[in-house]
Amino acid sequence: MSTMTLNAGEAVPAQKEATQPVAEQTEVKSRAANPNSQVDGTVGSPFCDDAKLRMRNVNVFYGESQAIHDVSLDIGRNQVVAMIGPSGCGKSTFLRCLNRMNDTIEGCRVEGELSLDGEAIYGPKVDVVPLRARVGMVFQKPNPFPKSIYDNVAYGPKIHGIASRRAELDEIVENSLRRAGLWNEVKDRLDKPGTGLSGGQQQRLCIARAIAVSPEVILMDEPCSALDPIATARIEELIDELRENYTIAIVTHSMQQAARVSQRTAYFHLGKLVEVNDTETVFTNPEHDLTEAYITGRFG
Amino acid sequence: MTDLTQSNLTQKQVRERIEARLASRHRKEKIFRGFGIASIAFGVLAVLVLFTDIISKGSSAFVQTDIQLQVTYDPAALGIETVDEESLAWANFDAVIRNALRERFPEVTGRRDKRELYSLVSNGAGFELRERLQENPQLLGKTETLWFNADDDVDTYVKSLSKSKEGFLGRTSEQKAQWILALRESGELEKRFNTTFFTNGDSREPEQAGIRAALVGSLFTLLVTLVLSFPIGVAAAIYLEEFAPKNRWTDLIEVNINNLAAVPSIVFGLLGLAIFINFFELPRSAPLVGGLVLTLMTLPTIIISSRASLKSVPPSIREAAMGMGASRMQVVLHHVLPLAMPGMLTGAIIGMAQALGETAPLLMIGMVAFIVDVPHGITDPSTVLPVQIFLWADSPERAFVERTSAAIMVLLAVLITMNTCAVWLRKKLERRW
Repeated sequence: MSTMTLNAGEAVPAQKEATQPVAEQTEVKSRAANPNSQVDGTVGSPFCDDAKLRMRNVNVFYGESQAIHDVSLDIGRNQVVAMIGPSGCGKSTFLRCLNRMNDTIEGCRVEGELSLDGEAIYGPKVDVVPLRARVGMVFQKPNPFPKSIYDNVAYGPKIHGIASRRAELDEIVENSLRRAGLWNEVKDRLDKPGTGLSGGQQQRLCIARAIAVSPEVILMDEPCSALDPIATARIEELIDELRENYTIAIVTHSMQQAARVSQRTAYFHLGKLVEVNDTETVFTNPEHDLTEAYITGRFG
Repeated sequence: MTDLTQSNLTQKQVRERIEARLASRHRKEKIFRGFGIASIAFGVLAVLVLFTDIISKGSSAFVQTDIQLQVTYDPAALGIETVDEESLAWANFDAVIRNALRERFPEVTGRRDKRELYSLVSNGAGFELRERLQENPQLLGKTETLWFNADDDVDTYVKSLSKSKEGFLGRTSEQKAQWILALRESGELEKRFNTTFFTNGDSREPEQAGIRAALVGSLFTLLVTLVLSFPIGVAAAIYLEEFAPKNRWTDLIEVNINNLAAVPSIVFGLLGLAIFINFFELPRSAPLVGGLVLTLMTLPTIIISSRASLKSVPPSIREAAMGMGASRMQVVLHHVLPLAMPGMLTGAIIGMAQALGETAPLLMIGMVAFIVDVPHGITDPSTVLPVQIFLWADSPERAFVERTSAAIMVLLAVLITMNTCAVWLRKKLERRW
């Protein structure tokens, strides 16, 4: 804990007086004049009424070291929530808790209450297979399977037994590719390997693959970090379209991207959730000094 | 910072220092490359010498000196009246051969000379005749002209004639040599393709000895080894790599697997003798036991190489599949295994090649026994190629020298075929992905 505080001190050179008002719901006790002091709670509005995903007092440990400290957050239905913060602040770790991808990491331990539509994600009887079908994921690096484009998209429906007939599967594949905005580019080469596409196309293929199983939530872990601005713009458009049907949590290093695609933004700092607010508020009038320091580019 | 960039050296001085060392750098690089080329040249030379030696020594084993004789299936000489199983069993076919030889060389008299004359033809000739008569009973009482394998001494002498004018007589007497030359002159003796070598099992008589039994034995043994070691090895590797928790126990297992890979193979032979033969009372000299022992020996190799190829599958593929909600088994079967398969196959082939050439552990479980019959199953007594080579190399007859080299050529041919199959399989699997 003490090292965390120390690191915070190094990372935040700003010496700034905090003047913003304290948000109502959180138990923000002290926002000391010196932002170097440890973050005691979350400011802003981490909770919402129509929550798809509800996280309360989440702590994540990698062996002995704690990566996430007491994070509470709601992700609203059909909402895009962006998670921003400097590298190593735990936003990806937090994201991966939501579909239990952290289970695969040796020595990773998750504490706290996480629920999807009121059902505990880490409940003793929860099977990760249907959970991950409900909570899809798109990764930082495009990672299509070394199979044909068709098989990439059809893989999820196949393993979950969603399509009963070939025609039905064809339809799912086409719809998913259309929704990912890739259909026109690949419809003539569905049998060609997915790895032969360009980076942006590969990432859209991964999105098509994720939505092929009709998930309720899509988690995106820096989906555009390996892409050029044009491909990024394409993906961002796509995210905006997808919002109608899906709840999306996106981790991003690009603050502009967070500002463009999300309705709410959560700022993480050294494993703690510092501030959650409407995206506009975060970027125009941040409550916490650390948030302001980060979005104005003083560190990160 | 400033000290480093603005040191006392001017740019010109720096350039000069670099230039000064340039020549020696180039020289070192040349020497380094030279070493590489020299090593490869040495390797190629060694292989060339080995192959020329083996082929020059062994190629003559693929031909065999045959002698043409006019044989009469004389019922009186045979001592039978009709052709049936019983009479064939004790009919004197050697007498028919002897008669034929005496007819060809009527001038030979005297016991010793006659015995000398009879030894021109392999003593397996009688069996050939019996088989022929058994298949064609109507031949009884008739005369026909047939080719028979010459005795190995005749064979050695005839083959040595092509190298020097006098040839290598060895145990062959001057008189016998005269007969041989006479037969050769009249075209009744010639070198023909040695089918016996590929159809027979081992024999004390070189001209009747063949590689078939050892080859079939080797194939049976390898089959058992492959069927057991590949699935077990791959399953073990997958479990250790994909499912097992990383703790002290799995560390211990890993260390032990690595140690097992370094255990001398004869130890596995002793283990096989103690466990499979003495405890489980499996048949001795059988490809089944040989395969079991070789399985123990190749398992570590296969496990280690399979784990290495599983490790080389990018984790992003696993994450992608897992993120789609694939179960762990589906992740492994659908994504990891197909990508790791080419590497696993390479490991398996290396293991199989090792197993094919292994002799020591098989000596311990009795595969070194003198076995004449071609095995028909994995529990029949048999021998294997390297053991056959070892046995022939140990035999005093001169004609076994070339057969030893020929057996080595067969072994190498099997190896090359196996490797070719593996490369082809790899290519095929890799293209699919």
